Amino acid sequence: MATTTARPAPDELPKAPRDLLPVFIPPILALAALPLVGSPTTWVTLTVAALAMGMMIFVIASGLTLIFGLMDVLNFGHGAFIAVGAYIAMTVLGPLSGWVQSDALTLNLAALFLAVIAAMVGTGVLGLAFERIIVQPVYGQHLKQILITMGGLIVAEQLIHVVWGGDQKPMPLPNGLRGAITVGDFALEKFRLLAVAVGLTVFIIMQLVLNRTKVGLLIRAGVENREMVEALGYRIRQLFVGVFIAGSALAGLGGTMWALYRETLTAAIGGDIMVLVFIVIIIGGLGSVGGCFLGAILVALMANYTGYLAPKIAVASNILLMVAILMWRPQGLYPVARR
Amino acid sequence: MSQALLTLEGVHTHIGQYHILQGVDLVVPRGELTVLLGRNGAGKTTTLRTIMGLWPPSKGTITFDGQPIGGQATPDIARLGIGYVPESMGVFADLTVAENMRLAARLGPPDATRLDWIFGLFPALKRFWQLPAGLLSGGQKQMLSIARAIVEPKSLILIDEPTKGIAPAIIEGMITAFKELKRDKTTILLVEQNFRFAASLGDSVAVMDDGRIVHRGTMQALASDSALQSRLLGLSLAAHQ
Repeated sequence: MATTTARPAPDELPKAPRDLLPVFIPPILALAALPLVGSPTTWVTLTVAALAMGMMIFVIASGLTLIFGLMDVLNFGHGAFIAVGAYIAMTVLGPLSGWVQSDALTLNLAALFLAVIAAMVGTGVLGLAFERIIVQPVYGQHLKQILITMGGLIVAEQLIHVVWGGDQKPMPLPNGLRGAITVGDFALEKFRLLAVAVGLTVFIIMQLVLNRTKVGLLIRAGVENREMVEALGYRIRQLFVGVFIAGSALAGLGGTMWALYRETLTAAIGGDIMVLVFIVIIIGGLGSVGGCFLGAILVALMANYTGYLAPKIAVASNILLMVAILMWRPQGLYPVARR
Repeated sequence: MSQALLTLEGVHTHIGQYHILQGVDLVVPRGELTVLLGRNGAGKTTTLRTIMGLWPPSKGTITFDGQPIGGQATPDIARLGIGYVPESMGVFADLTVAENMRLAARLGPPDATRLDWIFGLFPALKRFWQLPAGLLSGGQKQMLSIARAIVEPKSLILIDEPTKGIAPAIIEGMITAFKELKRDKTTILLVEQNFRFAASLGDSVAVMDDGRIVHRGTMQALASDSALQSRLLGLSLAAHQ
């Protein structure tokens, strides 16, 4: 028997309908904010800042949405990986202060790269331990998951106090990433552009893995129907662990970026951003990476525009955004077919 | 009767506080199509799920090809060469037909010759190859679910009510497909409520009631005995023709 894959001729096949409507919401929101903000330069600054913030939230949330989608685990301890990742990065950047303060961008980026790798490896290992010790005993029990992962977050924060101290730590940006690039009248901060590039890279890699590889197919299938994936002969437990580790490592990456963005660091850095992260994964559709990407941009745009226009409603604005989107699409922007 | 490929002896299954299977004894002969009949709630679906390890048995022995499989993990049972077509069909709606088939071919890319054979049985799958499976009709999803189970050669296929809610024209296609599988000497355990469909395919039959097997025999004998049908199932084949 031949072993090549049969492919029917493409011209015989009907086209699948594409649901692009949610893709237009962020540009519509941005354009709607332009007359309210007034100044185009301020609007560009706010929008780029929002895109950078959105990409960092996406990097953190993308792993969590897959963990929820595939494993049905409500992991309120995800914030621990954000904080631990940031602290590991800070620890690595300390001895590399010569590279961080150098005017050579390559040395800056090399220091950052090492810090990010250490953060991702550290949080990946922590994720493995967290899954084995804390999450595994409560699979399928949502209430216990919430309680025990919240407990895990509190323990992690206290351990950070023990290891690194309870005071606020500085997390200075490398010299080469300070300042802005000027394009005409617009100043684009270098670190924000880097954050956008990192977020886009993570998104593209995740899309390629999810859509072009068998592991990705298994993850997408597992998000829909774990039981059937097992009935096809795949050991989904191993996939669970892999996704948990990857999700934790991404939180470590996001935590490092977020701490550099704020240039300060406390043990509560993860818990602080988790409200936005949960809003993002609910808006996007639990388990949907594409929805998570759009949700993160939307949440960040809303936070930045309202923070400028009406600071008092900045926090509430994202709750209102979530309510509006769920009234339109109760399962989120890109709901996963069956859960 | 042929040698048994699958045997259940005194199998009990509890789901939470409910005692669903209460000592099931069932023999599925190798190379034959065995039909499992019974009213709703008799335990037919639970029997298939227990064989697949989706609900582990609380007591009893399940033997496949001479090897005990009761209590093993579902992936390990599937890897022994058991295909499963659940009542819900279990197609991955967000994945295309091609991706569904690619996942089902666990050992490598789907074999071209076998795919052509499947396309011959279910032409709609070729037509909708690149379409998300969620957009298929109920009958097409059922075709995909069966195709997935046979994309690689299997020793045993468990099929749960494939005709439920399916148009008669598609059921005719399924009869052809199952006859092809029988010719291929594939062993099938089919749970079915459509007696006419079951009678046209079955070699042997087992009837369940209240979590137990209450009758075993040849399908020919049951199909030709309307009194027995009435007693076991509360129906007769004539009423379904």
